[in-house]
Amino acid sequence: MSSRQARIKKNTGPRLFIQTVLARAYPRIIGQQREKSWMFFDIVMPLLAVSAYVFVYQAIGAPEEYVGFVVMGGAMTAFWMNVLWSMSSQLYWEKETGNLALYVMAPNSLMAILLGMALGGLVATTLRALAITILGSWLFQIPYQVTSFWQLFLVFTLAMIALYGMGMLFASLFLLLSREAWHLSNLAQEPVYLFSGFYFPIKSLNFWVAASASIIPLTLGLDAMRQLVFESGAALGFLSVPLEIGILAILSVVFVTAAKYLLDYMERLAIREGRITESRR
Amino acid sequence: MRKLPYTQLLIPDRQTFARSFRMAAWLGWQIESNWTDPFLFAIYSIIKPLSGAAILVVMYSIVSGANFDSPIFPYIYLGNAFYMYVGQVMTGISWAVIDDREHYKTLKYMYMAPIHMPTYLMGRGVARFIVASISVLITILFGVAFLHIQIDLATVNWGLFFLSLSIGVVMLAMMGLILAGITLMLANHVWFIGDATAGALYLFSGAIFPIDVLPAFLRPIGYIMPITYWLELLRRSLVGSVAQAFPTLAGFSNAQLLGILVGLTVVFGVLSAVIFHWCEYQARERGMIDMVTNY
Repeated sequence: MSSRQARIKKNTGPRLFIQTVLARAYPRIIGQQREKSWMFFDIVMPLLAVSAYVFVYQAIGAPEEYVGFVVMGGAMTAFWMNVLWSMSSQLYWEKETGNLALYVMAPNSLMAILLGMALGGLVATTLRALAITILGSWLFQIPYQVTSFWQLFLVFTLAMIALYGMGMLFASLFLLLSREAWHLSNLAQEPVYLFSGFYFPIKSLNFWVAASASIIPLTLGLDAMRQLVFESGAALGFLSVPLEIGILAILSVVFVTAAKYLLDYMERLAIREGRITESRR
Repeated sequence: MRKLPYTQLLIPDRQTFARSFRMAAWLGWQIESNWTDPFLFAIYSIIKPLSGAAILVVMYSIVSGANFDSPIFPYIYLGNAFYMYVGQVMTGISWAVIDDREHYKTLKYMYMAPIHMPTYLMGRGVARFIVASISVLITILFGVAFLHIQIDLATVNWGLFFLSLSIGVVMLAMMGLILAGITLMLANHVWFIGDATAGALYLFSGAIFPIDVLPAFLRPIGYIMPITYWLELLRRSLVGSVAQAFPTLAGFSNAQLLGILVGLTVVFGVLSAVIFHWCEYQARERGMIDMVTNY
C-alpha cells in the first residue's frame, strides 16, 4: 500500500451511514433544482388537477371549504407521486440504468441510500407542495384558520416519516420487479387519491373503508391537517386529531422498521435469484 | 435526408401505410399488455379509470346528497368517461417516441426501417385506443347500472355517436402526432408533455364541468379546442336532453357542432403534418433521434 493510500481516512459505521444518506440526498435536492422545467411541470400539473376539481365543486354548488380541501389534497399529491415514482420504483430505475449493482457492491448500507433518497425527495417535494398550496390559495382565495401550529407540525412530520417509510418498504418489494414496476406505480395513483380522500373529506366514505385506507399515512395526515387549518375541518374530520397523531406515530415506527428488515431480506433474495442486474424490457 | 412529397407527409402509399400501421398496432399491443397475465392486465385496465370516475362520483354525492338525477351528474360522468380517450390516444402516440427512444432505444432502427413514421406512431396508439374503449364502456355500464345514468338505447342517436366518436379519435391522433413531433425535439422535459397537455385540456374543454364555470378570460381556450365540441356531441348523442340543459353550446345544432368538429379536425390534421415534419427535420439535424438521457 502506498503512503498516499495510507493517508486516506475512510468513514465506517454510523459516520459512513450518515455520509451515504447525505450523498444520496444531494442529487435529489440539487439535481432537481437544476432542471427548472421539471419544477414548473411538477407544480403546474397538480395545479391543473386541483383547478379542475375546484371548478367541479363550484359547478355543483359545494360549500367554500371544499375548495380548500381540494387545494390541500392537490398539494399532498406531490408527496404521493414522489413516493411512488422516486422512492418505490427507484430501485427499478437504478436497475435499468445499471446503478443498482454499484449500490450493492459499494461498502455502504442500502438502507442509507434509501434514507438519502427519502430525505432529498422530502425536502425537494416540500418546496413544490408549498408552491402548489400558495398558488392554489391565491388563485381560489382560500381562508385558513390554524388552531394549533405545533400539532400541525407534528402531524406533517409524522405523516412524512410514515409515508417515506412506506416508500422504502415498497422500494424493497420493487427490487424484485422489472417492467411491472412502472405499471404498478401507475396503477397506485387514482385508487389512492380516491381512498385517501385527496379531494374530499375521508369521513364521507364508509367507516371501514376509511379505516382500511388509513394504512396509507397520507389518509390520516391529510384529514388531521384539514381539521387543524380549516374552520369547519373538525366537523368533517374522520377521527380526533390526537388519535390520528397516535396512529401516525405507530405507522412511522412500523413502516421504517419493516422497511429495514424487508430490505435486508429482499436484497439477499434478489442477489440469490440474480435479479440485481436483470433487465426485462 | 430523404424528402417526401407534401402529399405523403401524413398519407403514405397504401402498402406502406398498411405495413406500418399493422405492425405498429401489434407491437403496441404487445408492449401494453404482455408485462403480466391477461387477467391481471384486465384488472389493471379497469381499476384505474373506475377509480378516477369514483373520485368525481364521491365528490358529487357528498355535495348533492347522492341526487344522481340532476342533469349535471351525467354531464360530469360521461364527459369524464369519454375523456379517457384523450389521455390514452393523444398521450399514447407521443409516448411511443419516449418509449422507443429512451426505454427500448429502438427509435433509430424505426427510422431505418421501410415504414412511414407518422403512421407507425398512430399505429402505436391503437392498443391504447382498445384499452380506453374497454375502460369507457365499463365506466358507462357502471354508471347505468349503479348511478342512475339514464341511457335509453332506443333513443340514442347511434349514427351521430359513432360518427362523432370516429372523427374524435382521428382528431386525437392528429393532436398526438403534434405532441410526438414536439417530443422528438425535446430530451429532458418530454415525460411531462403528454400529461400536461391532457391535464390542461381536461380543464379547458368542459369535460367535467360546463365551460361557463371557468373565468370569462379562460373560456375562449375551450372554444378553440375540438375536444369541447366532440364531448358535447357524444353527450348529446347518448343523453340529448340532459346535455342540452347547459347553456354553453345549447345555441348550436348537432349539424353545426359536427361541422365545427370536422373543420377543427382538418385544421389539426394539416397542423400535425406540418409540425411533425418540421420537428422531425429539426430532430434529425440536431441528432436527437437517438438521444438517450437516462432519466
